[in-house]
Amino acid sequence: MLNRHPQIIKGREVVDDDWSVLKLDEGQTADAVEVPAGKIIVPLAVWQAQRDALADRAELGVWLAPDESAASIKDDLQRFTVIAIDFPKFTDGRGYSIAYNLRKRLGWTGELRAIGDVLRDQLFQMARCGFDAYATRQDRSIHDAVKGLSVFSETYQATVDNPIPLFRRVPRDTPAEHRDIGAGI
Amino acid sequence: MYRYDHYDHLIVRERIAQYRDQVARRLSGELLEEEFVPLRLQNGLYMQRHAYMLRVAVPYGLLSADQVRMFAHIARKYDRGYGHFTTRQNIQYNWIELEQTPDILTDLASVEMHAIQTSGNCIRNITTDEFAGVAADEIIDPRPFAEILRQWSTFHPEFLALPRKFKVAINGALEDRAAIAVHDIGLTVVYNEAGEVGFKFMAGGGMGRTPILGSVIRDFLPWKHLLTYTEAVMRVYNTHGRRDNKYKARIKILLKALGVEEFTRQVEEEWADLKDGPETLTQEEFDRVAKWFQPHAYRELADTDVAASQPDNRAFANWLNRNVKPHKVPGYAAVVLSLKKTGVPPGDATAEQMDFVAELADRFSFGQVRVTHEQNLVLADVEQSKLFEVWQLAKSKGMATPNIGLLTDIIACPGGDYCSLANAKSLPIAAAIAERFDDLDFQHDIGDIELNISGCINACGHHHVGNIGVLGVDKDGSEWYQVSIGGAQGNDSAIGKIIGPSFSAVQMPEVIGRLLDVYVRCRIEGERFVDTVQRLGVAPFKEHVYATPIPAQELVGEDHYA
Repeated sequence: MLNRHPQIIKGREVVDDDWSVLKLDEGQTADAVEVPAGKIIVPLAVWQAQRDALADRAELGVWLAPDESAASIKDDLQRFTVIAIDFPKFTDGRGYSIAYNLRKRLGWTGELRAIGDVLRDQLFQMARCGFDAYATRQDRSIHDAVKGLSVFSETYQATVDNPIPLFRRVPRDTPAEHRDIGAGI
Repeated sequence: MYRYDHYDHLIVRERIAQYRDQVARRLSGELLEEEFVPLRLQNGLYMQRHAYMLRVAVPYGLLSADQVRMFAHIARKYDRGYGHFTTRQNIQYNWIELEQTPDILTDLASVEMHAIQTSGNCIRNITTDEFAGVAADEIIDPRPFAEILRQWSTFHPEFLALPRKFKVAINGALEDRAAIAVHDIGLTVVYNEAGEVGFKFMAGGGMGRTPILGSVIRDFLPWKHLLTYTEAVMRVYNTHGRRDNKYKARIKILLKALGVEEFTRQVEEEWADLKDGPETLTQEEFDRVAKWFQPHAYRELADTDVAASQPDNRAFANWLNRNVKPHKVPGYAAVVLSLKKTGVPPGDATAEQMDFVAELADRFSFGQVRVTHEQNLVLADVEQSKLFEVWQLAKSKGMATPNIGLLTDIIACPGGDYCSLANAKSLPIAAAIAERFDDLDFQHDIGDIELNISGCINACGHHHVGNIGVLGVDKDGSEWYQVSIGGAQGNDSAIGKIIGPSFSAVQMPEVIGRLLDVYVRCRIEGERFVDTVQRLGVAPFKEHVYATPIPAQELVGEDHYA
């Protein structure tokens, strides 16, 4: 089955998109499924089974399921134009750690796309973990979803989008109104 | 106590805006309930049996008098005039309208409070010893570390959709009063041989359906690595924790499945990449946070024999004996205000009581209050010469019951009266037991004992670590109670053992009575209930409890003879 979102969010913009995501239908197997021509994001299993045939493609993407690891493609990164991570349910948070590992551990600098059950209220945390493209759920307004990226202007901890935690990034002095209290002896 | 700076204020303000918008989208139907659930849970809003319940964060149980006054205000304005302090050192309100929650958050923010991550599958309120900073046996004040962890875990983007909730507790004293062994992560602040400060790092403890005590995964972690090491643990858990079965999703199950060695190996491997990275704590950051937890401006006083000043006042002596705790500064004491008066659900406080506690805090305890995980309140810094006055005042508001650590200082979850998860009621059981053993002489004779009641397997009432644990279970649509004994929290933490078949509600006071009979008969000088159980095992208790049938029907009036 080929899924195509006519538009995705890239960075903070809604843009047209011409990639398709291949998902195996029931009965299809990774080694036998035919990968159509064009810009296709294939499942990890298909990449692994058909590596030789797919390796020459000018533009190819791969997607990881939540139980698949970033490390499984660590030697192949240069073959891909896009890496996607699937969120079969928006409550399954494994994709955030996969994204972290792709960016921080493996140094992936290309497009990292969230696919699946991608909703507005998760976009901010996705962006912080290194996603820069979002195929948001098509039954919702993608223009509304963009608003999910601008929720907080400051964050405490270090992660992909900001590798320096707040305590190293800014001087955090005692607020003037509290300077005379609390500090004790 | 810690005070917000510009950044803390900004983050909480932006959170309210985000949440207000989410509520509006839910009310307009743009957000489906199933999509809204994880969002509202991360803001402590549950749908309970009758209404929404809002759980407000009390970071590591520490409150200013103004924050307590705000709780009273919220109780009056948005609820039914009371709040419930929980075993997580938080407060929850039981009768909340969804539409009003953003306004409640706005009110809370005005006193530097919020409801962030008080529920949901994320890192929850970091808890610690209610006597942190004042305990005579303290090694290092754990609160700066708790605050540093609070900030780090707040909206940590990678760990907001974990397999399951995640609880961290820190202990900084010789005696563990933070129940660290039953937390997902339990930390003890220690010195190593070189005199450096660090943590003994435990993981994989928890209660619920499968009670397990935590395992030490690192004997000594230098304090600067607190965040990076915790991050390593979290990433291993987020990646490999089970998600197919909510009852097997906590980190304790992962740790058991992998074994401590393999789990630790994975954590250390993960940590190797993070160690000495930018999240490594700096002395400057520690100092910035720690300065808010410096000792108060104590007066130079000497310890006095307070009881001797009221030689004939047995009630006061009882209160001193049970509700007043030693303080590391001479001339001071810590006072526990009991929220366990018979007839009141454990942990409940009225708006009037909360205002009163705030007033006491301002007058007698540097304007601060603590919440205990046993669901009482503490004035941590009272001059010994003021204890009699504090006692009289507390008594006038029903908060001086001299029962701390005794039989009626019951830990109980809200149970089936409020909680939609509960299989059985817990508050009426607590009430019936408290009523039967209301006699203080009897309670003082029994001495230290922990009675914990949970209305369901989730174990919010911590029944597994109660010396006597009561668990409500559902059998064919009716409520029954399973009893365990020998559980303990603290340095000698233990999971209680079930004594046998369960009982009906009306049988429970008699069951407790029979357990105590055995204790009174068999104890040796100075032995606590739990020690007697440890020494004798479950058998003699079981035998006596089941020896003769306990009437299952309450016998009332003339029906006795019918």
